[in-house]
Amino acid sequence: MITATHYLLLSVGLFSLGVIGVLTRRNIIIILMSIELMLNAVNINLVAFSHELQNVVGQAFAVFVIVIAAAEAAVGLGIILAFYRNKETVNIDEMNLLRW
Amino acid sequence: MAEAAAFYILAALILGFGVLVVTAKSAVHSVLFLVADFLCVAALYVTLQAEFLAVIQVMVYAGGIVVLYLFVVMLVNLKRPPDAQRDPRRLGRLGAVLAVAVMVELAAILAVGWSRPEGEAGALGPSNVAQVGRALYTDYLIPFELASILLLVAMIGAILLARREM
Repeated sequence: MITATHYLLLSVGLFSLGVIGVLTRRNIIIILMSIELMLNAVNINLVAFSHELQNVVGQAFAVFVIVIAAAEAAVGLGIILAFYRNKETVNIDEMNLLRW
Repeated sequence: MAEAAAFYILAALILGFGVLVVTAKSAVHSVLFLVADFLCVAALYVTLQAEFLAVIQVMVYAGGIVVLYLFVVMLVNLKRPPDAQRDPRRLGRLGAVLAVAVMVELAAILAVGWSRPEGEAGALGPSNVAQVGRALYTDYLIPFELASILLLVAMIGAILLARREM
């Protein structure tokens, strides 16, 4: 029998994979993709509880999470393109203009 | 037990593709694994009776966002990939340790704090698209409109940022 705990464990695993990607990769595009993985983990949580509680609100919130993800991808990739045009790099180690 | 088998297969696929997304050498491969991951998550939504979200997942994520990523990966044609040379100041191993710590923390919260939440149990029909729509347009109308404004602002911002001459 698959309970909500199983879905939560899957969600924890996927979220942790996203954290690993954000903390260890240096290509900022891959970092953004890892953030998408984390948002997906949150969505799995919401939908699993929607199913568990037989309540539709979880799905409504998952729709909002997808909206945020789309907006984040559009703006984030726009920033990456603008940065690449100026500095010819997508390495976050070289993105230190705002650092002291 | 078909439900359990479907869950375990999908979970294995989701986590496996997630690992590949994070570890793939080439960014293009990473994007392609991301598509596969999103499609598996959509299949998981179907098993959870969230058909509307499954369709949205395929259309918005696998169809829209990932194509955007692919375009940027192709546009940003790198002569030297960021992960080619090591930066001595970067603490990649510490990052991995921290990520594992986050996972342990989340698992601990799950193990200790898990109790069946009390919520008003409604009836989720076999096809609940109408219910989702009703929730979005009645109880969550203002967040819905705010989300549309957010998308508009993001669209304008992306166009402004990606424009060649500022």
